[in-house]
Amino acid sequence: MSARTRWLNRIGAIGFALLLLATWQLLAMLEVISPLFFPSPTRTLGELWSQIVSGKIWEPFSETVLRMFYGWLVASLLGVGLGALIAGSRTSRQLFTPTLEFLRPMPASAIIPVAILAFGLTNKMSTAVIAFGSIWPVLLAAVQGFSSVEPRLLEVADAMRMNAWDRFRKVSLPSAMPDILAGARVGLAIALILAVVTEMQASLPGLGQSILMAQRSYRTPELYAGVVMLGVIGFGASMLLQWIERCILRWRSVQ
Amino acid sequence: MSNRWLGALIPLVIVGAWEGLWHFESLRMDSLSRPSDVLVALYHGLAGGTLLVATVETFEAALLGFLVAAAIGLIVGIALGLTPWLESVVGPSIDAMRPVPSVALIPLALMIFGFGVRMEAAVVAFACLWPILIVTISAVRSVDTSLLNVARVLEMTAWQRMVKIVLPAALARIAVGLQLALAISLVVAVTVEIVLNPRGLGHGMMSAQQAMRFDQMYAQLLWIGVVGWGLSAGSQALLNICSPAYRAERSKERA
Repeated sequence: MSARTRWLNRIGAIGFALLLLATWQLLAMLEVISPLFFPSPTRTLGELWSQIVSGKIWEPFSETVLRMFYGWLVASLLGVGLGALIAGSRTSRQLFTPTLEFLRPMPASAIIPVAILAFGLTNKMSTAVIAFGSIWPVLLAAVQGFSSVEPRLLEVADAMRMNAWDRFRKVSLPSAMPDILAGARVGLAIALILAVVTEMQASLPGLGQSILMAQRSYRTPELYAGVVMLGVIGFGASMLLQWIERCILRWRSVQ
Repeated sequence: MSNRWLGALIPLVIVGAWEGLWHFESLRMDSLSRPSDVLVALYHGLAGGTLLVATVETFEAALLGFLVAAAIGLIVGIALGLTPWLESVVGPSIDAMRPVPSVALIPLALMIFGFGVRMEAAVVAFACLWPILIVTISAVRSVDTSLLNVARVLEMTAWQRMVKIVLPAALARIAVGLQLALAISLVVAVTVEIVLNPRGLGHGMMSAQQAMRFDQMYAQLLWIGVVGWGLSAGSQALLNICSPAYRAERSKERA
């Protein structure tokens, strides 16, 4: 692709996005759909801007981000640990696989009622639900990664008389890392979804609760602003993880 | 055979410990119903038909949303996959919308459609659209260019090229995307019901929890697990039977 067509494409992409916004603005101005449900982009972005300037949005924003992060962290650590354990031997694989296969397709939100019973309407509850939901991609990826470690590397580790911990830390973990990080990225998207769900269901502070409240009091621009903000979180988190992935995996491209 | 027994070990131990715990007065927890009570509740729910009605309600919304997403995703995906310049123009706008967590649209869908099957299906459709769209674009893009050259030599019309060359060649990968979206559709439908839509399995669980009928709650959770597992196993079987291309792809991978 030449530089010129790349520029043309970039201009086209921006133009298309502007076209979408203009259509939205036009539809809202012509009141094709009631402006109560469908505020124009200028009103939505104006609301978002005023919330950013007044600082009103940062509190629910940070609550949601932290909630997502904690749950995801628990899920990722547990996922890697369990994954190493399961991939460790044939027996453990046979022991765990059927249970995991049953639990995996279970909608994570279905354990919310159980989690509420166990933990009440607390942050612990939302962390538990998020961890349960976002562990699967990491776990499956970790099992995959740990089972496909190059056998020769393990033989080298044996020959060097590494103990189990060193073997895990220096051989297995680095070679399973690409799989784990890819799984963790999928897990992060799920974590954000479940953070919003638990906030809505259990009235925990955060963007999920704010947009539900905005809807109940028919402050639609605020609702749209919250949705846009959640999109920004999802995008930002995924970008950040991609950047971390590139940093951690830099050694691979050198090989 | 011994493998099967090994796999059943963990569930049996958990259920055994759970049932055993119940027999010690001091350790008994009211919120943790006895497994045998749960099975009785499951039996009553299935025999009385309430569970089946709820299952049908959930599936109605999940499948409706899935079908809408599949129709939009396939058409747009094929169009974008065949015309790279269009994809580079529209792609960034898609990437900007994709990270919005589907559940963030629950309040919005509620405002537009009110309670019921349509708002649930709308949220499901949004969630399912992205995997179908992305997979379709990349599947169509990866169709062998020599096949497309053959189509050009044979002077096929756009429609013929689509039906005879592109779709059959891309079908195996598209089917995997559809399978993924189908699993997502059930998860999202149950989530919407748990958060606020008063119908289906998710709502049944929430109301059983609020009525302190914990045996019913666990029975529904178990049933949701069975349904989720059945859907994933069923779609896998359907894929194996109906798609020779998929089988070919799999055997190629194995070879």
